[in-house]
Amino acid sequence: MDVTFTPEEEKFRKEVREFIAENLPKLGKTSRREFETREDFIGWHRLLAKKGWAAPHWPVEYGGTGWNTTQRFIFNEESARAEAPILLPFGLTMVAPVIYTFGNEAQKKKFLPGILSGDDWWCQGYSEPGAGSDLASLKTKAVREGDHYIVNGQKTWTTLAQFADWIFCLVRTDSNAKQQEGITFLLIDMKTPGITVKPIIVLDGAHEVNEVFFDNVKVPVENRVGEENKGWTYAKFLLVNERSGIAGVARSKKAIERLKEIGRSELIDGKPLIETEEFTRKIAETEIELAALEYTELRTLAQESKGHNAGPESSILKIKGTEIQQRITELTVEAIGYYAYPYDRSFGDNEYPPGPPYASGQAGHYFNMRKVSIFGGSNEIQRNIIAKAVLGL
Amino acid sequence: MDFSFTEEQTLLRNSVSKFLADNYTFEDFKKISRSEKGWKPENWKQFAELGLLAAPFAEEYGGLGGGAVDTMVIMEEFGKALVVEPFVQTVVVGGGFVKHGGSDAQKSEWLGKIAGGETVMAFAFAEPQGRYNFADLKTTAKKNGTNYVLNGQKAVVLGGPWADTLIVTARTAGGQRDSNGVSVFLVDKKSKGVATRDYPTIDGLHASEITFENVEVPAANLLGQADNGLLLIDRVTDEAIAAHASEAVGCMKVLLDATVEYTKTRKQFGVPIGKFQVLQHRMVDMFINYEQSASITYMVTLKLDESDTERAKAASAAKVQIGKSGRFVGQQAVQLHGGMGMTDELNVGHYFKRVTMLDTLYGNVDHHLKRYASLG
Repeated sequence: MDVTFTPEEEKFRKEVREFIAENLPKLGKTSRREFETREDFIGWHRLLAKKGWAAPHWPVEYGGTGWNTTQRFIFNEESARAEAPILLPFGLTMVAPVIYTFGNEAQKKKFLPGILSGDDWWCQGYSEPGAGSDLASLKTKAVREGDHYIVNGQKTWTTLAQFADWIFCLVRTDSNAKQQEGITFLLIDMKTPGITVKPIIVLDGAHEVNEVFFDNVKVPVENRVGEENKGWTYAKFLLVNERSGIAGVARSKKAIERLKEIGRSELIDGKPLIETEEFTRKIAETEIELAALEYTELRTLAQESKGHNAGPESSILKIKGTEIQQRITELTVEAIGYYAYPYDRSFGDNEYPPGPPYASGQAGHYFNMRKVSIFGGSNEIQRNIIAKAVLGL
Repeated sequence: MDFSFTEEQTLLRNSVSKFLADNYTFEDFKKISRSEKGWKPENWKQFAELGLLAAPFAEEYGGLGGGAVDTMVIMEEFGKALVVEPFVQTVVVGGGFVKHGGSDAQKSEWLGKIAGGETVMAFAFAEPQGRYNFADLKTTAKKNGTNYVLNGQKAVVLGGPWADTLIVTARTAGGQRDSNGVSVFLVDKKSKGVATRDYPTIDGLHASEITFENVEVPAANLLGQADNGLLLIDRVTDEAIAAHASEAVGCMKVLLDATVEYTKTRKQFGVPIGKFQVLQHRMVDMFINYEQSASITYMVTLKLDESDTERAKAASAAKVQIGKSGRFVGQQAVQLHGGMGMTDELNVGHYFKRVTMLDTLYGNVDHHLKRYASLG
């Protein structure tokens, strides 16, 4: 048992830190708000791709870095420490592993380079109005006609579909089979006629998700991954990938650091808030939960590095990780007092809302972060997984 | 022991809820809140005509002779409809300061105006450094002949953009946080030297940052005794806390009912999700939180006229209970609605936002736990 880093690993950390310090400032900022434009999301991805670091978890032959688990852990930690943008998972973490694991050579050649470089933006066509937690009840239909599938139906909660070039979709190809056995995994060009994207505004005012409608959309059969009606297998594989990394430990550490900074600036009866017992006690409680989660994640990583895939236990990472993220946003809103009130999106790009800069957008962020216990398999579903697959109930 | 409402109070509730059903649907709320003004002056006239603005005042001043229970009834209905018009700021806070601190002349002038819908008020008390301490004031008022001269900055004045008259707290003596030396003034917003920056708030209201630069305020506009305003502020804001508690209860009622209804109709895995025991228990906890909140709102409403200590303890107790319950009910309503709960389109998120921000107003759970404990 050993959790210290070797000199080589420390050297690696230094290299990562220096690269980030040198390159992150190149991004520049176009507006007070981040992540409003396509370029905001993609800038860091491109810089990492240039360095060859965009997809550390991919096999080397497709552009992975060949880092071991510890190196990947260090890379994530350093990225969070520097508050580097989070790379969008839809291409890099979700569809790419499906393509290189189950796709054919032509598909690997066609799709992986664009995902790696950031040139192709992907979105996820899983949820439907009637198929959320019960994903396998999805109804979007694909009917084979010669060399094409004709797709009809609707997807929803499609994150950032407004920017997407491609969507990976679960569609029903056999209505008579058992639910899970009639599903196919299709890659669909968002420019295909018949696709309509409609925005869904969420409760902090952000346009983050969309409805995507398919009206007789023609999809070449060559864009099917794997076998027809075997899509559920690939979908489940992807969902497990989606779950790993969702703990967000390093990001939460940074968020607690930020919260403490706010606590040093905010005053209560003339004293910094951070000097009051009730506030520090709550931060300490959160930090302790995070410390335990960090070691839970490290134990999982250690297993993985020995070749054991993360099992259903990884649902712990999703549940605790999101609970902690949400707790930090609660405490942040508590910390900023009355300046939680101004609605930050009502102010222009270069106009600062009233109150200290650190308060701007925090209440909206709190409301927005309620999503994390809902998406990626709700925390109720994650608990079901543990109950069933771990505890055998 | 009797928790039933009088016939008049029941009539009041019916007339408020009928007006809101006709004029304040969820779509109306969104339209009003997002209009350029951010509120609907026409509604204010209607409130006056319905007698809502006169409800808690004595008949000799043009009121209807009701009390805190009437306010509770009105605010619960307002909470259910997400009403944005500044009833609490004008009637409970503005009216409260005049009622409890005003001279006979001030009462005659202002209570009639409030009751008739002729004035809209906002309460400028918070300051960037002051958090929830009403005495932590950098804003000063210096006596100069028959006037006071006001200087300072007030933060997040709810309803500020709509107000013609501000209730302003300022230091007339003592150090920045001394409990003595605080005074309360009625200030005409059009006075020279008053500058406002108006903006929407995250919960669908509007607020202002207000600066006062050498603003001349007639000494006759002092509310209550000079230097001795803190007790008055505590009393009036405790009354406002009771009113907002009732508003929060109205919000929670909608959140609870909407969630129960949704889980009866939303099907996953072939059954309504409300059939899952884990969700049933969650909704039972939402129900318990709602009931506890309603109970403590009755308590604070009925104790507003007791001793300062009893009243303050009840108000802080209500803030703590409702702060915690509002968070739980709001978060779970969103969670159980899944993605739908996250949308701007559905009402649930808007009630969640309102109930969340009400925790901050006049001090959050931490602040009131401490205040409660300090009162013995």
